[in-house]
Amino acid sequence: MLAIFMFAPVAMAAALPADPLGSPMWADHARVLFADAPVEFDRRVVVDMPMLAENQRVFPVAIDASALPDVKRIVLLADLNPIPVAIDYAPTGAAPVVSVRIKLDQRTPVRAAVLTGDGRWHINGAWIDAAGGGCSAPPVSRVKGDWAEHLGEVRARAVLVGAEARLRVAIRHPMDTGLVGNTPLYHVEELSVWRGETRLGSMKLWASVAEDPAIGLILPAAAGDTLTIRGRDTNGREIEGRVAVQAAP
Amino acid sequence: MRLTRRTLLGGMAALPVAVRAQSLDYRIEPVEVGDGLWIVRGADAPIERGNGGAIANLAILAGDEAAILIDCGPSLRYGRVLDAVARKLTGKPVGHVFLTHLHPDHGFAAGAFANAEVAGTAEVRRELQATAAGYADGMYRLLGDWMRGTEPVVPAATVTAGERLVAGRRLVFAPMAGHSPADLVVTDVATGTMIAGDLVFHDRAPSTPDADLATWRKTLGTLAAMSHKGLLPGHGPFDPGGQAAIAQTLDWIDWLESSLRGSVAAGLDMVAAGEVAIPARFDGLKAARYELQRSVSHFYPRLEAELFPRADQ
Repeated sequence: MLAIFMFAPVAMAAALPADPLGSPMWADHARVLFADAPVEFDRRVVVDMPMLAENQRVFPVAIDASALPDVKRIVLLADLNPIPVAIDYAPTGAAPVVSVRIKLDQRTPVRAAVLTGDGRWHINGAWIDAAGGGCSAPPVSRVKGDWAEHLGEVRARAVLVGAEARLRVAIRHPMDTGLVGNTPLYHVEELSVWRGETRLGSMKLWASVAEDPAIGLILPAAAGDTLTIRGRDTNGREIEGRVAVQAAP
Repeated sequence: MRLTRRTLLGGMAALPVAVRAQSLDYRIEPVEVGDGLWIVRGADAPIERGNGGAIANLAILAGDEAAILIDCGPSLRYGRVLDAVARKLTGKPVGHVFLTHLHPDHGFAAGAFANAEVAGTAEVRRELQATAAGYADGMYRLLGDWMRGTEPVVPAATVTAGERLVAGRRLVFAPMAGHSPADLVVTDVATGTMIAGDLVFHDRAPSTPDADLATWRKTLGTLAAMSHKGLLPGHGPFDPGGQAAIAQTLDWIDWLESSLRGSVAAGLDMVAAGEVAIPARFDGLKAARYELQRSVSHFYPRLEAELFPRADQ
């Protein structure tokens, strides 16, 4: 019985390229996320992060896959987090660019996996050192006790740069991981961005996204356009916000 | 070979030990900057295993019957070396340790001075009570064995504002705030030297984990107007003129705040805000990019919440 468990990942690993980061979880995550799809490590996927995790509860990551053609999905993954996937973004009309803040539960590889229209996954990332506990510490708003007063508040700004808007959206939400005593899993699980009736992008989110999710997207837009953000959390609470695109300051 | 839990653990433990084997020797080299006043310079770098956390400056003053320390370093091991150095310099045991603020690189060695009076403002004592355990976790994680045996000490004695004779030496104590909720500035009257703690940085970018920038700005104005000659910053070289380091710290804080607000206004995310160009006039500041990225982490979410309009009303 033990032999079977030990052989399965080895057989899988042979079909996968060796992980340049040497992560102990690479084969397991790859099997779940990519199944039999072709996978390559690809520097055209830019995963930009600060040089240090100053705050393991709020670690910013910016992903830019615009060097790849026909991007279908961008998955952000921290291998050693108890909730490894943070977001799964489908930029249907938006640029294949996203920034978000995540929790880090320990030193871990942080990577982006980008699916292109030809069915290939392109992966890049780096190890980030971090103090422990990003996922297993209570959110600040639970400690302060004011989370319910602000739940679902949306703040946003959209700044025009050329023919594109830089959209920043911040949503008040505790993003409970379920790993803190007596507080069940509770998080924003879906967001989409619209210009008029056109959906420009949609995103699934998990509780490894930092408290009060702050998302950055780049969307085709003109000054005066109104962008709509819609979403839902795991209790079925609807989230909605509107922001007018402004000229750059 | 049968893989038992024990051999597995043994194998895992062997690697870090081999990689991290290094001597844990603090080299403390005091420089005399005035009559009976020596400074010890910290490494102008982040806290890391290479420097054992000895990144902060401190001062050793000779008193009549005892030596006086203003700040004392990051760990018990450091404190023991410093104790011997101060005794050799002054010919007297360390009798007084004053802590400028709560941060561990300045005060976590206090446990090495059990026979001295360790003092701080009432606010610093409160701050240490609230935060020392968390900072200790961080220091042990970053520094490992350098920290062995170190336990944070909450000062037993309370410092208040005003001039006081300490071991025959006239010192002016000025409790302030800005870099942290409670910063203590000590001026040695005999030499005119201001020991500014982390309210002043010099050729090393200021760090902001507990800072209030508006308060800090005001405090720097007060410091500039206070009577003093030379100035020992919390980090970076001694400033013999006493004004250049204050002006530089103020300049960085002003730039930092306008840069962060500008980044929020331009719709940049935190990563990009930490990657903006740093003006050439700060080229001489060590750890500038590092501290900018830390400051982004400290201030950006709050600034976005303040500056972004509500979109759901």
